[in-house]
Amino acid sequence: MDSSNAAGTSNGGSGDGDPAAAARRNTKMPKYSKFTQQELPACKPILTPKWVVSVFFLVGVIFVPVGVVSLLAARDVVEIIDRYDDACVPVNMTDNKLGYIQNETISKECTRTLTVTKDMKQPIFVYYQLDNFYQNHRRYVKSRNDAQLRDYKKANQTTSCEPERTTADGKPIVPCGLIAWSLFNDTYIFNRGNENLTVDKKDISWKSDREHKFAKNVYPSNFQNGGLIGGAKLDSSIPLSDQEDLIVWMRTAALPTFRKLYGRIYVDLKENDTITVKLDNNYNTYSFGGKKKLVLSTATWLGGKNDFLGFAYLIVGGLCIFLAFAFTLLYVIKPRKLGDHNYLSWNRHPAGR
Amino acid sequence: MALCNTVIPIKSPSGQISYKAQSQDEDALVNAASNLHMVLVSKNGNNAEIHFNRRVVQYEILDVLEFTSDRKRMSVLISDSESGKIFLLSKGADEAILPLAYSGQQIKTFIDAVDKYAQLGLRTLCLAWRELGLQEYLEWSRLFKEANSALIDREWKVAEVCQKLEHTLDILGISAIEDRLQAGVPETIEILRQSGINFWMLTGDKQSTAIQIALLCNLISSEPKGQLLYINGKTEDEVARSLERVLLTMRITSSEPKELAFVVDGWALEIILTRYKEAFTELAVLSKTAICCRVTPSQKAQLVKLLKSCDYRTLAIGDGGNDVRMIQQAHIGVGISGREGLQAARAADYSIGKFRFLKRLILVHGRYSYNRTAFLSQYSFYKSLLICFIQILFSFVSGIAGTSLFNSVSLMAYNVFYTSIPVLTTVLDKDLSERTVTQNPEILLYCQAGRLLNPSTFAGWFGRSLYHAIVVFLITIHVYANEKSEMEELSMVALSGSIWLQAFVVTLEMNSFTFVQFLGIWGNFAAFYIINFGISSIPSAGMYTIMFRLCRQPSYWITMLLISGVGMGPVLALKYFRYTYSPSAINILQKAERSRGPMYTLVNLESQLRLDNNATDSISSMPVKKSSVYEPLLSDSPMASRRSVASSSFDIFQPAQSRVPASYPRNIKAS
Repeated sequence: MDSSNAAGTSNGGSGDGDPAAAARRNTKMPKYSKFTQQELPACKPILTPKWVVSVFFLVGVIFVPVGVVSLLAARDVVEIIDRYDDACVPVNMTDNKLGYIQNETISKECTRTLTVTKDMKQPIFVYYQLDNFYQNHRRYVKSRNDAQLRDYKKANQTTSCEPERTTADGKPIVPCGLIAWSLFNDTYIFNRGNENLTVDKKDISWKSDREHKFAKNVYPSNFQNGGLIGGAKLDSSIPLSDQEDLIVWMRTAALPTFRKLYGRIYVDLKENDTITVKLDNNYNTYSFGGKKKLVLSTATWLGGKNDFLGFAYLIVGGLCIFLAFAFTLLYVIKPRKLGDHNYLSWNRHPAGR
Repeated sequence: MALCNTVIPIKSPSGQISYKAQSQDEDALVNAASNLHMVLVSKNGNNAEIHFNRRVVQYEILDVLEFTSDRKRMSVLISDSESGKIFLLSKGADEAILPLAYSGQQIKTFIDAVDKYAQLGLRTLCLAWRELGLQEYLEWSRLFKEANSALIDREWKVAEVCQKLEHTLDILGISAIEDRLQAGVPETIEILRQSGINFWMLTGDKQSTAIQIALLCNLISSEPKGQLLYINGKTEDEVARSLERVLLTMRITSSEPKELAFVVDGWALEIILTRYKEAFTELAVLSKTAICCRVTPSQKAQLVKLLKSCDYRTLAIGDGGNDVRMIQQAHIGVGISGREGLQAARAADYSIGKFRFLKRLILVHGRYSYNRTAFLSQYSFYKSLLICFIQILFSFVSGIAGTSLFNSVSLMAYNVFYTSIPVLTTVLDKDLSERTVTQNPEILLYCQAGRLLNPSTFAGWFGRSLYHAIVVFLITIHVYANEKSEMEELSMVALSGSIWLQAFVVTLEMNSFTFVQFLGIWGNFAAFYIINFGISSIPSAGMYTIMFRLCRQPSYWITMLLISGVGMGPVLALKYFRYTYSPSAINILQKAERSRGPMYTLVNLESQLRLDNNATDSISSMPVKKSSVYEPLLSDSPMASRRSVASSSFDIFQPAQSRVPASYPRNIKAS
């Protein structure tokens, strides 16, 4: 029978004493590697005052000269801007500008005089600037068909070109879409005194566009045939890759105020030169309150006249140096020992968790 | 002792017999019996063979009345193959067996023995037997078979049938088994309690055993530091009154430096959970430590549920099959895979090998995981919001027409290629080294309150993304104005600006840099350019040559630099300011760790504490009422004495080190 009154005996061994189990467990353990055990050597930087102050100071010291250089570059640019859309409306039609622009019988010729304020070295860029023209509107941006522009065999592909897809009798328009349809058509002729300043209209578009986006064997067809004229008409005998104005226009701008390259003048202009511009005020910006401006500008390594970068850098650089000094001052006045345990909340109120 | 069990002996080829048992108690008993020369040699089918001092005795096992937590005992019906007599052998908890003794037997000696053993912290079992007549057995056997094959209410029917048989037993004696604590248990509990986690012990042992073991592992402290409040009673009213009294004591003495804990028995708990739940819930919230004895598995799960309903984050840890329900009920279930098999480990969310690993699980891995998850989730929102805000701002200058500034390829690649890898390297980010964390376990409290991921931190990231979007957008449209204003170029400039900013943001937010992180952040940055160069070489792409054109312009690089400077400047300044003048606990420890080394801190802390010991209103200023702060830990395993919090909570390491040789290792075992 069973024995009774067994006194307490200790159960054998400790939990991990089992040699068989230990061997089994050892083989199941994953191989030790510093990566999987997260023991890779690491550097652990902390924000000491020294480090932070020096970073701010360094940033300030770098930014200020860059700002100065940028500002100087921007100041070097000479720019002549002339708004002509209001001025070129004949006096008797100032209250019916829309009627004026849409009436084909009224002559759109207009003469403007520009004075050169400073010496301008060639090449001088001629831009036309449009204000309040939303080339970045969603329906405008997608109203084009790139396949059609690239390949003459795909002339029928006019998807997404609404509303300028086909003519009334269903023939496809090449190039289709609103962007091409609204091509800018003001022209400018420059004269300095008696001398005619030739505007070089070659190479005003991107080379990559000319070579890959607009094909040499695609010709405009059925273009601007409809009732509503949006802009310029295109010569059907010139292939698209040579229609540089079109190519420049079809590089849609991202902002409502933009400039597009019209051409270059390879003549130096002297201070106080008077330039006479004979322009054709064809383009309709009156129906949506847009503005048209003619711009003559030189360019530096930074681009056109843009003070923003210079000022921004100067301001930020100055702020950084100021912050560096402020932090130094703060550190000198109210020093805080790094890693002072007295500030641990459970030390401030010990056991008061 | 050798027969009343469900142990299967396994004969190894060398002739050694090893036992396969469901519980370690049974294993211990059978081994003890074999040490006393009553060896259970084999059990095939219904026959058990016992070798007693070279005499071989065969027994036939007729029925096994299995252990249930309701009856708290198990019985075996055997028949001696020589004499043909039928015996009923019972084994179980003393309060389940002793009342069934036949009238007239002196059970006082047994009760005394049980108490004595329980005081020593041993697990007691009572053994009894009875002889049956053949007729009685046959009748009963029929009933038993019926009950076993019943389709409805089988458990109840079986229990009823067993009751019929188990009465007028002849008590044989008491056995006591020493259940040793695992190594490192007291220290683990100490550290975890320091870090703000409440511990409750739920066990199936007797009250005295449980209290003894709790004292041993730092769970409660003996008088005068700690006080134990008992909830007892034989009738419902008694229990209710006892509960009220304890509750009252808890309420009024919560401001004293004494540590209070309450003890409640299984059947009292049953009454309380059914009738007096609200009072008990209040008690649960007030007390930081509790011991519940003689609890059944379902009661364990009920207790966890109760605490969950008080908005506590619960973790249940256990190692036996009876802990499975509790483990599954808790928010986090931890199973210790051990000698009782893998049931608990399989049912758990996390499975560890020893109890002391819990410390690393919670303090080290849990903390890191929380930090990294907080960063990852907020950063993901940040980077998506950045792009969204830029698009929204762009719509203001595009006539609110819905034009997307970024082309579709860039948008798709953004989330996957340009910004995902740097964040993934945050997996290796360690804000504090493990040594610092184990020396300052209170740091866990800092995470518990959700300080790294809450509406205000999220608002911070949101604000940052808004600010960065404004910076990128305004700078881009002012630099790339007039003749430079071309859709594709502008969009690429804005995207590059965002990517630059993000590389810096991730760099600033990382706490530790391994070479993997460097590679991730700056390699990804380079990959951005490489991918875009690739796309810019496809003639049919809208982006053809854009990246090349941009990289040739000096104004592009100057713009990038400006965006980074304006975007990161205020962020860095703010971070530095907060780091130095209103540092969070983590920051302080970080600085201490890197500038001085953690060892010096102990001296500082102790002196600090002795100075401030006058602040005895310490406990009341504890943020006790923030129920989201505390994490009560429900453990099935016994723990030991605790320290009061008011006194030196930081000198644990010195005395603890000296205590290790004194406290002998004990195995954790579920009851």
